[in-house]
Amino acid sequence: MIPANFDYHRPRTAPEAIALLGQFGDDARVLAGGHSLIPMMKLRLAQPTHLIDIAGIADFKGLRAEANAVVIGATTTQSELLASKELTTAVPILREAALMIADPQVRYRGTIGGNVANGDPGNDMPAVMMALDASYRVLGSKGARKIKARDFYQGAFLTALQGGEILTAIEIPMLPAKHGYAYEKLKRKVGDYATAAAAVIMTVVSGKVQTCAIALTNLAPMPIYAAQASAMVVGTNLDHATITKAAGAAGSLMAPAADARGTIQFRASVGGVMLGRALKRAFDRATG
Amino acid sequence: MAKTVVKMKINGADVEALVEARTLLVHFLREQQNLTGTHIGCETSHCGACTVDMNGMSVKSCTVFAVQADGADIATIEGMANADGTLSVLQESFRQMHGLQCGYCTPGMIMRAHRLLKENPDPTEAEIRMGISGNLCRCTGYQNIVKAIQLAAAKLTGRTYVEAAE
Amino acid sequence: MNDMTPTRAEREAKLEGMGCKRKRVEDVRFTQGKGNYVDDIKLPGMLFGDMVRSPYGHARIKSIDTSKALKVPGVLAVITAKELKGVNLAWMPTLAGDVQMVLADGKVLFQNQEVAFVVATDRYTAADGVEAVDVDYEELPACCDPFKSMAPDAPVLREDIKDKKDGAHGPRKHYNHIFEWAVGDKTLTDAAFNKADVTIKELISYQRVHPSPLETCQCVASMDKIRGELTVWGTFQAPHVIRTVASLISTIPEHKIHIIAPDIGGGFGNKVGAYPGYICAIVASIVTGKPVKWVEDKIENLSSTSFARDYHMTAEIAATKDGKVTGLRVHVLADHGAFDACADPSKWPAGFFNIVTGSYDFPTAHLVVDGVYTNKPPGGVAYRCSFRVTEAAYCIERAMDILAKRLNMDPAELRLRNFIKREQFPYQSALGWEYDSGDYHTALNKGLEVVGYKQLRAEQAAKREAFRRGETREIMGIGVSFFTEIVGAGPSKNCDILGLAMFDACEIRIHPTGTAIARMGTKSQGQGHETTYAQIIATEIGIPADNIMVEEGNTDTAPYGLGTYGSRSTPVAGAAIAMAARKIKAKAQMIAAYQLEVHEDDLEWDIDGFRVKGLPEKSKSMKDLAWASYNRPPPGMEPGLEAVSYYDPPNMTYPFGAYICVMDVDVDTGEYKVRKFYALDDCGTRINPMIIEGQVHGGLTEAFAIAMGQELKYDERGNLTGGSLMDYFLPTAVETPHWTTDFTVTPSPHHPIGAKGVGESPNVGGVPAFSNAINDAFGFMGGTHINMPHDHWRNWEAAHKLGMHG
Repeated sequence: MIPANFDYHRPRTAPEAIALLGQFGDDARVLAGGHSLIPMMKLRLAQPTHLIDIAGIADFKGLRAEANAVVIGATTTQSELLASKELTTAVPILREAALMIADPQVRYRGTIGGNVANGDPGNDMPAVMMALDASYRVLGSKGARKIKARDFYQGAFLTALQGGEILTAIEIPMLPAKHGYAYEKLKRKVGDYATAAAAVIMTVVSGKVQTCAIALTNLAPMPIYAAQASAMVVGTNLDHATITKAAGAAGSLMAPAADARGTIQFRASVGGVMLGRALKRAFDRATG
Repeated sequence: MAKTVVKMKINGADVEALVEARTLLVHFLREQQNLTGTHIGCETSHCGACTVDMNGMSVKSCTVFAVQADGADIATIEGMANADGTLSVLQESFRQMHGLQCGYCTPGMIMRAHRLLKENPDPTEAEIRMGISGNLCRCTGYQNIVKAIQLAAAKLTGRTYVEAAE
Repeated sequence: MNDMTPTRAEREAKLEGMGCKRKRVEDVRFTQGKGNYVDDIKLPGMLFGDMVRSPYGHARIKSIDTSKALKVPGVLAVITAKELKGVNLAWMPTLAGDVQMVLADGKVLFQNQEVAFVVATDRYTAADGVEAVDVDYEELPACCDPFKSMAPDAPVLREDIKDKKDGAHGPRKHYNHIFEWAVGDKTLTDAAFNKADVTIKELISYQRVHPSPLETCQCVASMDKIRGELTVWGTFQAPHVIRTVASLISTIPEHKIHIIAPDIGGGFGNKVGAYPGYICAIVASIVTGKPVKWVEDKIENLSSTSFARDYHMTAEIAATKDGKVTGLRVHVLADHGAFDACADPSKWPAGFFNIVTGSYDFPTAHLVVDGVYTNKPPGGVAYRCSFRVTEAAYCIERAMDILAKRLNMDPAELRLRNFIKREQFPYQSALGWEYDSGDYHTALNKGLEVVGYKQLRAEQAAKREAFRRGETREIMGIGVSFFTEIVGAGPSKNCDILGLAMFDACEIRIHPTGTAIARMGTKSQGQGHETTYAQIIATEIGIPADNIMVEEGNTDTAPYGLGTYGSRSTPVAGAAIAMAARKIKAKAQMIAAYQLEVHEDDLEWDIDGFRVKGLPEKSKSMKDLAWASYNRPPPGMEPGLEAVSYYDPPNMTYPFGAYICVMDVDVDTGEYKVRKFYALDDCGTRINPMIIEGQVHGGLTEAFAIAMGQELKYDERGNLTGGSLMDYFLPTAVETPHWTTDFTVTPSPHHPIGAKGVGESPNVGGVPAFSNAINDAFGFMGGTHINMPHDHWRNWEAAHKLGMHG
């Protein structure tokens, strides 16, 4: 219940934050919403001696449209995401997914950056970002770089983020106004991590899938971008046989953990079901 | 690891105190400010018994360090009653509808309901249940809590509350 | 009569007595955050204690190094078994006749077992101290499967009693065996089975769960060395028992021990027994001379305090081919964990499990319960179980459904055919209980009618056909549960707790101005006693409930009682309240007779006072009589107006109910939706319908959680999974179904106000309703029984095993 003690820093700017991270190295952790880190600290599973609070840094906030992309500041809370009518119109899957994260109190504090950056396979946004083909803007002492979400996740709590780097914003390529989307999540109760979840972004032209991106949550040590399955549904009218084939292809990428949510066999099976439901719902939205 | 000074407003009063960086806001409120109405029910941020209103948002005070709340405007259950000491509309509604039994989840539940009704003054039953999904109760089964919030919503918006048929 | 004279209805309403939905007194402080819970207590100089716990399920302790911890600034002491031995408290007696380690003595027997107690200036420092204690363990092979606990090569768990051939309840069959308890007629029952047309036999498991109240267990212990007096505030459902136990195990005489249970944030049986944390806090206070607070966190609560259930029940029913039951045979393997600390009355090692004949007229039955040790925490009786009644009800209600399926008979029809009939009460059950009253046919028929049972079965039949045709992937189940439970422990001839008879008491004192204070030996943890007890007194002696202050929990002022658990408050304390009130009423009648100058027999009671028969204007209100008792008592009569009653109930009470659950299940994901849940309860006389409804809602929600997802699971090394709220299923408002409540009233003939108690019923009756619904949903595809919890995974697995995934 009680964390180990630490020194608390509240830098005012991004360069200050990077400098502090560089100064303290592995002894430091970045603090934004804190709703992944603080529970770990209370169980003493994480014992950083320095916390760098970036929640108030203006550079990391804001929602804006740039050329062909929507850019979301990393410390935007889930609640701020949900409150943005522009974002809901431009990228409606974000609202659908955000409402499935935790509960209202956690959403008031938890940030989009925290949800995508810490590599927890249970987090919902990484798969959503993969389906959106989003990119993460990252800042370190050596400067800024961009990493595609689809290249970001390497293992459980293992990402492409180097030591001393902070994810500063998420860049989502503009979607056509009429597109199909769905985040289908099976969970034991509201706000739980996914037993299995699937994110789908698609476009449909004349009754046939034109583009499709499928990504899966909590069915492996990291989120899965199911490239082959995504390709399989393109050019089809998403009939039952196609969905089954796509689920099969995605299934070969799954390596779910057996835990209190169920056996490996069960989770892989419902992973396929979630995928099917997400594809159908996305298709209906794209054509409705 | 030296202590730091934090300043915040709690229930309208200015407060200034010395805390360790790791002091959780819930302990700051309960132990240093002697506001024991906010309760602790778990250590994994699930139960919501510790919910307070911080800068107009429902927040689990067990998952916030007091230092993060520096400069914040905080409302706790102790600030909810009317100035003349009578129960607020929400508090009275909980009483009328038997929306509490042991009382342990109640402060967090009321603080959350308070903010919920500001977010959405006329919520449906489904919206209420979703709205309090971060607050666990072991005694009531939530049904009468939902009724209490519906009654309060009606009173606060000047409507008549009609209890749904069983 | 003029306009100023209140009508009879108005006078009655003013009392807010029995039967009305009186709003709760407690709510005024609870809604303002002004409750007084244990962790709210702050005393000058108070220290804080925290536990070092074992990561292993079974291990020898090679050494405990406290030197680093003692160097942490603010840590004042670290207590281990070594220090406790000095005051003979390293082990303590349990309520079940066993002994239990307070702090690990040479070995640990379950994961998170208490090893050392760190005492510090504040809780943050204490936590740092805990991290700094170094314990060297040598892991031992563990045994967490009760079915393997009596294998010839099973690891020895309890080295302290390894060679003892006898336990507290008789001979032991094996070093990991605790007791065998048998009841009923084996010969007659075996004969019934041998000649039966039809028999069923099924292993029905009730998984280990935990009551998980929102507030964990905690205490503040304060030893006053000058006066030699110990005061302990704590989460105690039975404060007087704690006081007597504390006096028996320490050297402090009982009159110098003050136990106070303030507001408690939920109990559900979790807060009955004495835990190591309490003992350590007391010892620490004695050692340091300062008050010491101990507050466990939720993981500690789930993994070391009283669990519930873990009963593995092989049920057999013998029946005729027309579905008349002729015999019941049950064997239970009871997993008690590492110590038998089951909070049962002393001669009942399996509680009142012998209520397992349920609502049915079994001519003969035989029951054997074997209790065993495993590397799990102790406990067993908790979670609204009424002493293993939840287990018994689940067992018989599942078994009856299994029999119904075997006979191809509707489960409601099978029940109606076998119910004990109204005329048969008081009813002697084949396993030894005398049921006080019941009208089962009326209750079940009412329920079936209200839910539209016939139409539901027709809908189910149509849905099954649709499933077979491949038109739907959803199946529908209807779960019927008709429970009879046994509460109100209990008559001194039947039960005692450590030798203390299970009576309860009430003391009422009327003040000169006509208001009153009343104290009882029970302790509410949310049941609303401050509100409902006053309603009983209001009706009995005509004083408005608002004028009656009710107090519980302070052992100095409350008369001795055995506390609140097993729904005993209304049956036992409620009776004591009525009896004490009637003593006062009788004295008031004498005073009225004296004042009105008539004989007592010429007076009749009229709502809030006495009046002369035939001369209603000659009357005296209770308010008048209260004053009179202090002002001019009749010659020879003691002044004042108070009474105390210690009530030894003549029998237990037997609430019953009809619950019907309609459930829809998606076979491809295991997702379920409770479409409807109807709960009819008969708890006899209803004191406050609003509070009864609240109890039912809460108990049904617990039952829902148990049946659909709760489980404390141990692997073969003794590691607990599901031991935090990350996994332990506590439903939110979103998952929790809508509850439809209903009632009938069949008073208890032996209870002064005819009330039976209701708190535990919804958990007792609810679990079978949910489980029967799931089993009923899958039944048409084959199989006989699917165990709980019926979470997504296990529903999917059931579908898979039955070939429903194509």
